[in-house]
Formats: sequence, C-alpha cells, structure tokens
Amino acid sequence: MNLPFAFTAADRRLLPEGRAAGPMPWVIAIMVFLTVLAAAAGLALAGSARALGDQIAGRVTIQIVEADRVARNAQAEAAVRAARALPGVATVHRIGDDEIARLLEPWLGPGGLELPVPALVDIDLGDPAALPRLKAAVAAVAPAARIDAHAQALAPLRDLVGSLRWLAGLLVLLMAIATAACVVLAARAALNTHRETIDVLHLLGATDIQIARLFQRRIALDALFGGGLGFAAGALVLILLAGRIGAVGSELVGSVRLEPAGWLALAAVPMAGALLATAAARLTLERALRRIL
Amino acid sequence: MKGPKARALASIVQFENVGLRYGMGAETLSDISFTLAPGAFYFLTGASGAGKTSLLKLLYLAQRPSRGLIRLFNEDVVTMPRERLPVLRRRIGVVFQDFRLVPHLSAFDNVALPLRVAGVDEGEIADRVGEMIAWVGLGGRASARPATLSGGEQQRVAIARAVIGQPEMLVADEPTGNVDPDMAARLLHLFDALNKFGTTIVVATHDMHLVSRVPSAAIMRLERGRLEDPTGALRYPPRVPA
Repeated sequence: MNLPFAFTAADRRLLPEGRAAGPMPWVIAIMVFLTVLAAAAGLALAGSARALGDQIAGRVTIQIVEADRVARNAQAEAAVRAARALPGVATVHRIGDDEIARLLEPWLGPGGLELPVPALVDIDLGDPAALPRLKAAVAAVAPAARIDAHAQALAPLRDLVGSLRWLAGLLVLLMAIATAACVVLAARAALNTHRETIDVLHLLGATDIQIARLFQRRIALDALFGGGLGFAAGALVLILLAGRIGAVGSELVGSVRLEPAGWLALAAVPMAGALLATAAARLTLERALRRIL
Repeated sequence: MKGPKARALASIVQFENVGLRYGMGAETLSDISFTLAPGAFYFLTGASGAGKTSLLKLLYLAQRPSRGLIRLFNEDVVTMPRERLPVLRRRIGVVFQDFRLVPHLSAFDNVALPLRVAGVDEGEIADRVGEMIAWVGLGGRASARPATLSGGEQQRVAIARAVIGQPEMLVADEPTGNVDPDMAARLLHLFDALNKFGTTIVVATHDMHLVSRVPSAAIMRLERGRLEDPTGALRYPPRVPA
C-alpha cells in the first residue's frame, strides 16, 4: 500500500541541496545545447532537401550544341514545338540570345567574342515521368540536342543532404543516450550522498516510491533548468547563424533554414530532455532502492 | 486454543530460534526465542557487545535474520515481501542509539517526519509536533538544526520523533544515555504513559537504576548473543488477565 506523500515545502526540504546544485544541470544544459544544434541542422537540412527536390524534380534544360547558327535555331524551335506538344510538360521557355549573352558576359565580355554558344530551352515538367517521352520527341527533331534533367545532375548533392540529415538524427539519439547516462550517474550519486536520510526514511515507513519521487522531482527540476538554459543558448546561436546564412546571398545555402514547425520541434527538446531524465532517474532509483531492505 | 498458535495470537512479537550473522562471521545472535505480549513493558539488558542493538534491529525491521522465524503483529516478516515492510514499520517507533536525526532538517521537521511519511495533514502536523516538542522541553529550539543541539537535546528530538506517530510498539536503544536524571525520569514517565495507552515498549539499556524504576517491566537479558530465559517466562509468558 502506498500512502500519499504530497510534495509540500516541508517534504522538499528532505533533500538539502537546492536547484542548480552540482554539475548535473550544467551537463544537461550542454547536452541540450548540442542536441538543439544537431536537431536544428537535421530539420533545416530536411527542409532544404525538400525545397531542393520540389524545385528541381521536373526541371529540364535542353542544349542545342550546333555550330551553325541557322541549323541551331531551327533545331531549337523544333525542340520547343515538340516539347509543347507533349502531355505532362508544364512550361517551355527558350532562352533568348540576348539573355545568354548577358549570362556569359562576366566570362566572355560584351559581345561574347562572337563565339557560337548552344541554344538553351528551359522546360518544367508537370509530370517528371514525362522525361523519357520528352527525350525521344526532342531527339527525333533536334539531333544536336542534349537534355539535362536537373534532378539527375543534383542527385549527389541531394544524397549528401540526406546523409547529413541522418547524421544529425544519429547525433540527437547519441545525445539522448548520453543525457540518460548522465542522469543515471547523478541519481546514483544522489542516493549515495543521501544514504543516511534514505535509511531513516525507510525505517520510518517511507516506501520506495515516496523516496524515489523526492529525488525524481529534484532531478526533473534540474533537467528542466539545464534544458531551458541549453535551449536558450542553442536558439541564440541559431538566430546568429541564420543572420550569417542570409548574408551569404546564395540560393542554395539560403534554402537551409528553420521553418516555424522546426522551431516548435526544437522547443520540445528541453521538455523531452526533462521527461527522459525523470524516467531514467525513476528507473535507476527504484532499482537501487530495491537493494536496500 | 493452546500451544504455539495460541501464543502467537496473544503476542505482538514472536521470535523462534532466531540467529543473526553479519557476512561470514560468527553469529551475533543465536537461538533467540521469546514472545512479547501486547501492551507490556520490556527492558533488554546486557553488556556492551551482547547483541542488544542487533536484536532491536530485527525488531524494527532494519535487518532480516539469518535463520529462524520472526512474527510481528502476527505477520511473518522473514519471508514477507519488502514492499509490505513500510506498513509494518509505521506501527513501530524507534529511538536509535545514535539518534539518526536528518542533519539538514530542523528539530520540528525531524519530529514531523513519521507523520509526513504517513501523509498526515500539515495543520495536524503543526499542532501535534508543536505539542510534542514543547513536552520534551525544546519549545524554544524547534527551528534549530541537530548540529546546534546538545547530545541530550538531540536525544529528546529522537524520542519525540519515535513517539509522535503513537506507534503500537516503541523500541528504544539506550534512550536515556545522554540526558540528565530529571529528563530521564520524564522520558520514562512518557514511555510509561504510552505503555498505559497500550503501546508495547522495548527499551535496551544497561542502566539498572532505570530498570528498577519500572517494577512491572519484564527483563530480557542478552549474554554473548544468547537470550537468558531460565524460567521460560519470555518464551512462555504468563497470560495477562484482560
């Protein structure tokens, strides 16, 4: 039978040290700080991979590599017509010579040295499955055409982002294990420190659950304190990093950002840490107390 | 009903051939057999090292025996699952030889511990503990921590803690060792009053003067880990008239 043991102010005094005593809150703060950074990296990379996938999934560029200007233009126009005639093709846009010259100006200078450059056609496929049909149709009317599907070109980058995302998840998992191990050690140390008090409480009729709750409550408070501190520090670093990333001005790097849902998930890290610490403490304490008569 | 079963029903404590050994050493207690009647007063005497504290530890469930049978409140505590021990412990008040006060708690909070463990309302705790603290003469020192109390004051806090829950059995290990004769007389008066209300009292002491002040008390004498009971009165106590 377990009689109630409400946590009055008097009960809380049964353990002498106040909150933030000992190294545990600070260790948990560091763990949560690192977990927040790893989780943020994972969430941002996941968002980036998703955005990258959305952007490039149906994007195709056709190059007409033909030295003869007339033949190049004829094949380009034929390719545009063939593409527009296909089902599953959303937009077809031939990039004009002026635009190509402007794009090449930083390397070739004004006028482009009169070099023959490929004709370019940008295509967005509404249905990525239309790619084989597009290739066949364009090849039939434009023998000098090269078709680049952006999804294939950027596949290694997408794979890298995916791997980094998994790595971030693994780091979060390792941090959680390390936090739990830290709590287990702290709970054992607390039991050793307060062994005399525990013995007296036992002999006065306190149950294991009553005693475990006293320690568990204190460890949960320490974990919440450390977790809050770690989260605040992590959030500050992320906000500063976001500013730096924005300053880079790169579309690719800029896509690595946290959505509001990601921030919410990060805010759950200290809470999850406190729950994990409480559960680990409870299990450790109950197992240790069972060894005492 | 006659025989051991009848004796068990009439007793609050029953020891049968109990032995206690710490680790691989020799037995500290050997072949201990006795029964304690409810509402009786017992002195446990013996020289230092005779095993008084070990016997008391078995009584207040700080230790299980190496062999033998122990029944407390008609329950076999040798084979009882440890989860059930707290309920029995709440029925026993203990005055430890070394007081075992919680050092960071005030005298008031130390005395209040058994009531808090039992989930008693804080208002009731304040009344009962205040009254008890005043009774043991520590009214002005309720907020003092044990380290700032004298040995005698600590002992009085320990006694107040043991009796605050109105236990069915009070076990005291040398309870008057650090108090002056006047306080010893008052404590004995308290034990006697508790005894009159039906609490079984077991006091371990080597102070024969103290023993002589309670003529109605039964005396248990330990000699080198064995209980002397030449008349068999401890093992087969005379029936107490109702």
